[in-house]
Amino acid sequence: MSELNFTVQDRGLEYLGAARIDGPLVVIERVRDVGFDEVVEILDPEGHPRVGRVLDISGEQAVIQVLEGTTGLSNQSLRARFLGASFLLPVSRHMLGRVFDGLGRPADGGPPPLSADLRDVNGRPINPCARRYPREFIQTGLSAIDGMNALVRGQKLPMFSGNGLPHDRVAAQIVRQACLLEEQSAFSIVFAAMGVKHEVADFFIRNFEDSGALARVAMFLCLADAPSVERLLTPRVALTAAEHLAFDCGQHVLVLLTDMTNYCESLREVGTARGEIPGRKGYPGYLYSDLASIYERAGRIEGSPGSITQVAILTMPADDISHPVPDLTGYITEGQIVLDRELFQRAIYPPIAGLPSLSRLMKDGVGQGFTRDDHPALASQLFACYAYVKKVRALADVIGEEELNALDRQYMQFGEAFERRFLNQGEYENRSIQTTLELGWDVLSMLPRDELHRASDALVELYYRKQAPQQAVA
Amino acid sequence: MNSSSESAESIVVRISGPVVTAVGMRRAAMYEVVHVGELGLVGEVVRLVGDRATIQVYEDTTMLKPGAPIRCTGAPLSVWLGPGLIGNIYDGIQRPLPGIEQRSGAWIQRGEKVNPLDLDRRWPFAPTVRPGDTVAAGQVFGEVPETTLVRHRLLIPPEVAGRVKSVVAPGECSLRDPVAVIETPGGDRTISLMQRWPVRQPRPIRERWRVGLPLLTGQRVIDTFFPMGKGGAGAIPGGFGTGKTITQHQLAKWSDAEIIVFIGCGERGNEMTSVLREFPELKDPRSGRPLMERTILIANTSNMPVAAREVSIYTGITLAEYYRDQGLNVAVFADSTSRWAEALRELAARLEEMPAEEGFPATLATRLAQFYERGGAVTTLAGELASVTIVGAVSPPGGDFSEPVTQHTRRFIRCFWALDTELANARHYPAIHWLQSYSEYAENVAAWWEQRAPGWSDLRTEALTLLQREERLQQVVRLVGPDVLPDSQRLILFIAEMLKDGFLAQSAYHDKDTFCAPERQVALLRLILTLYRGGRDLVEAGVPLARVRQLPCVPKVLQAKETFGNDELSRLEELEQRVRDELAALAKRSAQEDRQDV
Repeated sequence: MSELNFTVQDRGLEYLGAARIDGPLVVIERVRDVGFDEVVEILDPEGHPRVGRVLDISGEQAVIQVLEGTTGLSNQSLRARFLGASFLLPVSRHMLGRVFDGLGRPADGGPPPLSADLRDVNGRPINPCARRYPREFIQTGLSAIDGMNALVRGQKLPMFSGNGLPHDRVAAQIVRQACLLEEQSAFSIVFAAMGVKHEVADFFIRNFEDSGALARVAMFLCLADAPSVERLLTPRVALTAAEHLAFDCGQHVLVLLTDMTNYCESLREVGTARGEIPGRKGYPGYLYSDLASIYERAGRIEGSPGSITQVAILTMPADDISHPVPDLTGYITEGQIVLDRELFQRAIYPPIAGLPSLSRLMKDGVGQGFTRDDHPALASQLFACYAYVKKVRALADVIGEEELNALDRQYMQFGEAFERRFLNQGEYENRSIQTTLELGWDVLSMLPRDELHRASDALVELYYRKQAPQQAVA
Repeated sequence: MNSSSESAESIVVRISGPVVTAVGMRRAAMYEVVHVGELGLVGEVVRLVGDRATIQVYEDTTMLKPGAPIRCTGAPLSVWLGPGLIGNIYDGIQRPLPGIEQRSGAWIQRGEKVNPLDLDRRWPFAPTVRPGDTVAAGQVFGEVPETTLVRHRLLIPPEVAGRVKSVVAPGECSLRDPVAVIETPGGDRTISLMQRWPVRQPRPIRERWRVGLPLLTGQRVIDTFFPMGKGGAGAIPGGFGTGKTITQHQLAKWSDAEIIVFIGCGERGNEMTSVLREFPELKDPRSGRPLMERTILIANTSNMPVAAREVSIYTGITLAEYYRDQGLNVAVFADSTSRWAEALRELAARLEEMPAEEGFPATLATRLAQFYERGGAVTTLAGELASVTIVGAVSPPGGDFSEPVTQHTRRFIRCFWALDTELANARHYPAIHWLQSYSEYAENVAAWWEQRAPGWSDLRTEALTLLQREERLQQVVRLVGPDVLPDSQRLILFIAEMLKDGFLAQSAYHDKDTFCAPERQVALLRLILTLYRGGRDLVEAGVPLARVRQLPCVPKVLQAKETFGNDELSRLEELEQRVRDELAALAKRSAQEDRQDV
């Protein structure tokens, strides 16, 4: 075998045996002509290939990350083939309607989609000069999102959730209902599941089926029982497919990534195995850059009709929003939808927290010419009043509701109505933006008119209900 | 420029992400720029051990192989300085992004090499020296109108001084053309419209000055409460969603600096796009020209290579120093220095350096100090007063200001605008917290303000004191509710609310309110405090607070900031008179009622 090592120029070459196997890493010595990030095929004792990539390459030693796990590999009998390129994905518009594994190989029993195009899954950064600023409002039919944290086409808006919260149902509802006001064209959907349970994947598949969307969904499933390292590639594979659909085929693509926390866990696992110096909570110091290389693959490009809108779901460990995963995500994405356990326990669906949720691109996609002229002021006013409700509630907890003054009691009622009528809605209820805005004014009108500082006089005059709906809270 | 025999031996032996090790590098110098591999990826030497060099590469190293050639350039990483910088957008190593787009399309390909400045464009050059003149380093020798707003003054490079031997006649020149020959002790030097300067080295100045003039930003909470000085250094820390970027954009739009350098360092691509789309359309409030005509953008977004992010800060500040040397006031906005510090951390980890706090390298504090100290109010080599103001955004993990980057930054800045999550949640923007923020420049700029808008110092102190007292009262309110407080204290709560809503909150998207001129700032503040003083007297005289609150002028005062523009000061004065009148009328009315009761 060793003489093979010295005669190589030829690509079909196999190396036999490894110097070290440690967690997901395999170290092979005396390699030649191997590139950084090159893809490797590792053959296990049964001869089944497993995919890996080169993480570190020096003169004669390659550190390989085996994406499909190292179980069963042995130093002596392992065989490795370097494929001479970084990880490439064959892309085609026929990926819609198909199911793939986490590395982009068909998992539905069908043949690989016909493709003439191979793409590096790492992608390339989009030149900021070539980006088109996203501003078309997407109606999701959810008041909490449309009214207060509107999503626009080409935005990356993650959902920060916790274990047991209905993030999957909310995400499925968004996918089901998302549409543009003036166009009827439906979104193509790229769905990437990383380390989620089979049941969760089934839930989404059933939902796509029920809404008749299955034919325009491309699924990349790397479920909880798949080797964890494989997840590192899954979002990249999915986004590579999405980029092809959006910018080569001109489609509007909605990418759903779930669950990014699992992805970060895998990253930490590999970092630890490599003996890297850990950053916060043991996550590698490059977590921010790594996450950015995923989230930044959204948006619009000048001269291309397509777009990529990203909704990434992540579960905050122990509901802690300052945990590195949600924290760094929030710094990269254009806002966040935060699910709130307290609202959930009070049976409010969708339990979207009023205050910490934010859509950074909303300001450019709503208002006159997009939705309705009162939209920005209404949203701002709702935020301000609801923030005050939180204060009053804290006070009421201490001194008792009876001791509150009349105005504060009105705020308490407003808060209740805001949650029960505005936020709360059915899982299959698709509200138009007009309905949402009208509802917003309905609940705001429970407050005295001069409490509304954020909206101009003219708007208040036009929309404030002279006769406040009294039985609102009933 | 090393010999080719040397470069033939220089080869890559190890690749680990953006860090590459090479051998055969005995003649390489620290921070020398090298080209790696067949694609010629740009890198910088960061460590030398024997003939082994560690190189940080500014581009993606995928499929780079051991054995790949390395070509040394013999020069440290330098930027090109000359006309054509303004209005341009560069990546971290001064490659123009529009040029890259023309060559490789929407996606940035590796190994692209595009000149930072257009060498062929012809500029109308007007010399200001004649043959025989003695010129010193840093002296102006000619001018080029770079944009309508910027008269680009060409400087003798800092290492050159002597007698002008020849100079071209006024007329069109390109950056390639020699325009003057200077006789120096070391021989004749040919000078063109362009020079280079290594980014990690500060450009020389004659001396530093105390900051004395405010950098006006048109943002009330900044100008009035926590002013920045021209040549000062400040930081904007805040968790995500607190509006760091919007605040930075507002400052970049409305600051009265002559040149703005905006460094988007490890931030979102769409944010840079929005600057690119917005600035050419926005008009400078002073000159009426598009803001882009005084702006340079450096965009190294979060998904662009991390090593280039590290250097983008230095690229930006060097460009700023160059315009400062022409006698201009320059403001640098870096968004965000935390991402830059993270780039340092990431590279340090790859270099296997021993980490200090939270994995950051032990040199973090030194590096931050070096960066902020490149700002300042100075006399240039040519003897003119000029300044570089630096404002860095800081993104503390979890919004926790005790983390190393925020803490070390605080040591080297004098103006701290703390963004508060709770204010941002209530959509009170700018979410600069009035009690946690501070500015040590308030005293430096007081003289200027008193001249421009008398009463500034007193009104400012009075308002800040009121807000402080409100905070203390709020602690009581949280326990027992506001209703048990006496009217005199509830008046403070009421006025504090007015200050927050009617003065501190300022919409970046409202055409009348996005920029607030200094005189209007003082007028608005005086308006609210007039109400306070009058209200205080009434309450002391026994008038119930509720009646003060119900005065018809109260909503008008709240909305004054959006009703009256910068040119409607007289109407603000009318409103102030109306407040006085209504207060007086109320005093009279209640005095009468008291008599009747008796």
